[in-house]
Amino acid sequence: MATARPSLEDNPLEISFDKSSGALQRDPDGEYMTLNMGPSHPSTHGVLQIVLDLDGERIVDSRPEIGYLHRGMEKIAETYGYNKFIPYTDRMDYLAPISNNIAVALGIEAVNGIVTPPRCQAIRVICAELGRISAHLLGLGAFAMDIGALTVFLYTFREREYIYDLMEKLTGARFTVSYTRVGGVARDLPDGWADAVLRYVRKLPKTLEEDVELMLTTNRIWVDRLRGVGVIPKDVALSYGLTGPCLRGSGVEWDLRKERPYLGYENYEFDVPVGEHGDAYDRYLLRIEEMKQSTRIIEQAIAKLPDGPIAVEDHKVVLPEKTKVLTSMEELIHQFMVVTEGPALPPGERYFGVENPKGELGFYVKTDGTGRPARLRMRAPSFVNLAIIPYLFKDVLVSDTVAILGSLDFVMGECDR
Amino acid sequence: MHTLLAATAADSEGFFAWLNALFVEQTWPRALLIVIVVGLTVPGLVSALVWAERRGSALIQDRLGPNRCGPFGMFQSFADLAKFLFKEDVIPGHVNKPIYLLAPAIAVIPPLVALAFVPFGANVFIADVDTGILAAFAVTSLHVYAISLGGWASNSKFPLLGGVRASAQMISYEIALGLSALGVFIIVGDLRLISVVEMQTDGWMIGAGETLRSAGDWTRLFDWNIFKQPLGALIFMIAGFAETNRHPFDMPEAESELAAGFHAEYSSMKFALFFLGEYAAMVVFSSLFVVLYLGGWTLFGLENVLSDWVTSYGAENAGWINWASVAEGFLHVGIFFSKTLVLLLFFIWVRWTLPRFRYDQLMRLGWVRLLPLSLAWLVVTVIGVAIVRGL
Repeated sequence: MATARPSLEDNPLEISFDKSSGALQRDPDGEYMTLNMGPSHPSTHGVLQIVLDLDGERIVDSRPEIGYLHRGMEKIAETYGYNKFIPYTDRMDYLAPISNNIAVALGIEAVNGIVTPPRCQAIRVICAELGRISAHLLGLGAFAMDIGALTVFLYTFREREYIYDLMEKLTGARFTVSYTRVGGVARDLPDGWADAVLRYVRKLPKTLEEDVELMLTTNRIWVDRLRGVGVIPKDVALSYGLTGPCLRGSGVEWDLRKERPYLGYENYEFDVPVGEHGDAYDRYLLRIEEMKQSTRIIEQAIAKLPDGPIAVEDHKVVLPEKTKVLTSMEELIHQFMVVTEGPALPPGERYFGVENPKGELGFYVKTDGTGRPARLRMRAPSFVNLAIIPYLFKDVLVSDTVAILGSLDFVMGECDR
Repeated sequence: MHTLLAATAADSEGFFAWLNALFVEQTWPRALLIVIVVGLTVPGLVSALVWAERRGSALIQDRLGPNRCGPFGMFQSFADLAKFLFKEDVIPGHVNKPIYLLAPAIAVIPPLVALAFVPFGANVFIADVDTGILAAFAVTSLHVYAISLGGWASNSKFPLLGGVRASAQMISYEIALGLSALGVFIIVGDLRLISVVEMQTDGWMIGAGETLRSAGDWTRLFDWNIFKQPLGALIFMIAGFAETNRHPFDMPEAESELAAGFHAEYSSMKFALFFLGEYAAMVVFSSLFVVLYLGGWTLFGLENVLSDWVTSYGAENAGWINWASVAEGFLHVGIFFSKTLVLLLFFIWVRWTLPRFRYDQLMRLGWVRLLPLSLAWLVVTVIGVAIVRGL
């Protein structure tokens, strides 16, 4: 039966294109119900919009719409310069701001091969792993909340608060920490901070077992909701370029901390857990295990925390000490130049990726000798990981969408940038 | 029938005479009084339950919960009610207005009506009908209309999904609910709920006659139907969770999937009525469970401690209200609601512990597991009863 094809003007969101023929092709007989999930929906973790075609409760097709949180971060970086951009990275993966700070600092330093002192590296490792724990805690909690286990969310949220207490002691801010600088970190560890971290990470595995795993891991409803849901086979995961827990959940052992060690990760003993089936349940187990491995890394880093400077000695890059600024002409000029012009980085370009909680967060930075990057491009793991949604949202139920989205664990701040 | 009022109003005068007549003569003012009492008690109970839910969930989740309004935040529900009453009453332009307005009313009325059939004490009930449980089920099953009509009339996609889920879910589980309760009535041989309660003191389970045991003998607990019908009670409980749309069966609402499900388009007092209806349905279901399986107002003979006083008081004050009987009524209601409260707390505990089922898993559980199981249990019950009664 020949029916008039819908035109783009009629309803722009209800149109998709058949890739082979290029023709408009969308349910010409009107059999399916189009459901707009998001951008303001409790389970799309921010402002993701997914347009679902439903046959009853079954999803026939889906089209994710992203970009609601686009803030033009890459352009902002080109305008504001290196150090002034670091606060913006807090707002990317806003579940682990400090991990983004570290990633962007490493990305900028990598262009000219700036190597930070051992103490700085150890501090960054501790902070990055704390960031990973806090991101996974919230990710798991929100995941559980989507499936309906509200209490787990409160438990993980409480644990995350302790990390924020530590962050507050370290950086003065709980959430938007902006802790790193190009060539180092903003300030040294306060007295007793390392011990507080140690106390926390020693307690965490037990808390996880009692408050999260006991309530979920063997819970029949939880297992039934997640087993076999959102299965990503190995080859599909690789072809979509997934990274982080979404890739490892499918059984690919790929962790940048092991494969291309940075910050001296090669000196720490830790395991990279991988999943078996690539389903949502594997990704859940994997995140729990990753948190436990992170506590191992933190314990080792604190045990052998070296003394020494927390930033490189090159004062064309890093601010000099304030007392020296007030007494020495040369340091005064350095301070003036770093503050007004930005760190002087010789021309060069490089891509550098780190293993963030959500996957590989990479920065391609092109320096041109001024205090601002000529180009700063981000590879955001959430953006790449979200591309698999149309693949996963085929022949699943509406209820499965929340399980799949929760298990992908993305952050729109990072995806849209 | 009403021994509470074993008297006549022959020699009374003035207000007390009127009051006496009101109680004794079974006229329409009594019906009115009871309707007013139930109409006021149930919302009160519901607000207490909402408070218990919020404080209980806070206790479970390491939070404080509402603690500003009154001692321990007890008046929070009244503050909420005031808020609901004074909020702007938005009726979206795209709804089917008559049905949209009807749905919240349907949500509240069936649970309130169903409470009329529940005997809270030996003499404390509104209607003692021969069809007891059938009438209660018939009325409570109307609750599904509220949700499906609300979802349908909202003329919006998420509420529609919620409404469709609700109708499928509640109809499916009603079958298991009815079949599981049937076992009790096969044992009792009577559909009257009062008979069900009285049967639970017959001492059959422990093989002892009534006379052999003292009033405080706790082994009389085993007379309760939950020990005669353990599987039936379990199925009834599960189906009851589904019937009241409580977590983990709260598919129609499913906040994280369907935003707010069937009541997404409802605001202010109309939303509050859905809310009230849900909690009232919980109270009704818990009450029915207490009647059917937990011995109603009985508590291993303690419910009879006042019976001698009632008899003597009645003899001394013939022709006037038997206040001892009233006191006994309060005792029964107290026992009854203590049991109901335990069940309601169980509802709350489950909600804040378990994740939610998926829609197809829920339907599978209902049709593939619970339905055959309740049928099988029915057969077991019939055979058991036949053997015990010697065919």
